Amino acid sequence: MSLFRSIVFTAALTGVIVGVSVSAVQFAGTSQLIAKAEVYEKAGEVEPQAITTSPMVDAHVHDAGHDHEEGAWEPADGFERMAFTVAANMLTAIGYALALCGLIAMRGKPVTWREGLLWGLAGFACVMIAPMLGLPPELPGTPSAPLGDRQLWWIGTALATAAGIGLISFKRKPWAALVAIALIAAPHLIGAPAAPQGMHALAPEALEHQFVAAAVMTSLLFWALLGSLSGTLFNRFERTT
Amino acid sequence: MSVSATSTISTPIIANSAARILQAAMALCFGAIIVGFVGFSHIEIVHNAAHDTRHANAFPCH
Repeated sequence: MSLFRSIVFTAALTGVIVGVSVSAVQFAGTSQLIAKAEVYEKAGEVEPQAITTSPMVDAHVHDAGHDHEEGAWEPADGFERMAFTVAANMLTAIGYALALCGLIAMRGKPVTWREGLLWGLAGFACVMIAPMLGLPPELPGTPSAPLGDRQLWWIGTALATAAGIGLISFKRKPWAALVAIALIAAPHLIGAPAAPQGMHALAPEALEHQFVAAAVMTSLLFWALLGSLSGTLFNRFERTT
Repeated sequence: MSVSATSTISTPIIANSAARILQAAMALCFGAIIVGFVGFSHIEIVHNAAHDTRHANAFPCH
């Protein structure tokens, strides 16, 4: 089997298993909290005057909500929304598994489930832990900087952290460790794009904290499963070459 | 003589390893495109479809 086919088969199978498992956990956790936050968000959008007194803050409250275009399609609450969440989770898992297996293959050494798990935990650090230090998982209605700025910072942070972890793992030289630490720290020294001053979240702080904890735990499960399954399956497909 | 012997042995190995790197890089790019589409698309319909996934994965969302 060609390497590319091994990676694609591994990623597809891993993605379906991880996507379905993580969706089940999300429906009991993050999705419930998002639904609760949307109640506050909708209340904030409908009655901004009830919450604020000055026009300045009124404008902020409006900005804090989702800036959806009027009339854009969205899945109906219930089964349809859940089905799209499962599909999006599966696609995300397939995409991340393709990238992870691509990196494992570039490294060129066979992996076991346990090394796969370590690759997965590195992925968790790069795309969850590092970006969330500056941009924590947000409930709907949380004030934030412009989307483009946050996406740029997120991607830069994930790439810098990945490069740093790669250097520490594969280059056993003091200079590499120093460069790695600088790379991992740099995005946080630059700082994530901040929400404009004076804006406040529509959902209560306790809900926000619960959401961050639930999102981090779900992501840990996602990456632990993704890494160990990728390691196991990729090894198996490669051995059948 | 020894030079030609080395080249006949090593060339296929180099070609093979370059092909493997290329295939791995293709998979990596393909994966990045999929994650980018689900988590970073500015298209409103894609955003709405993947809304809960984006929030739960700490992808920047509006």
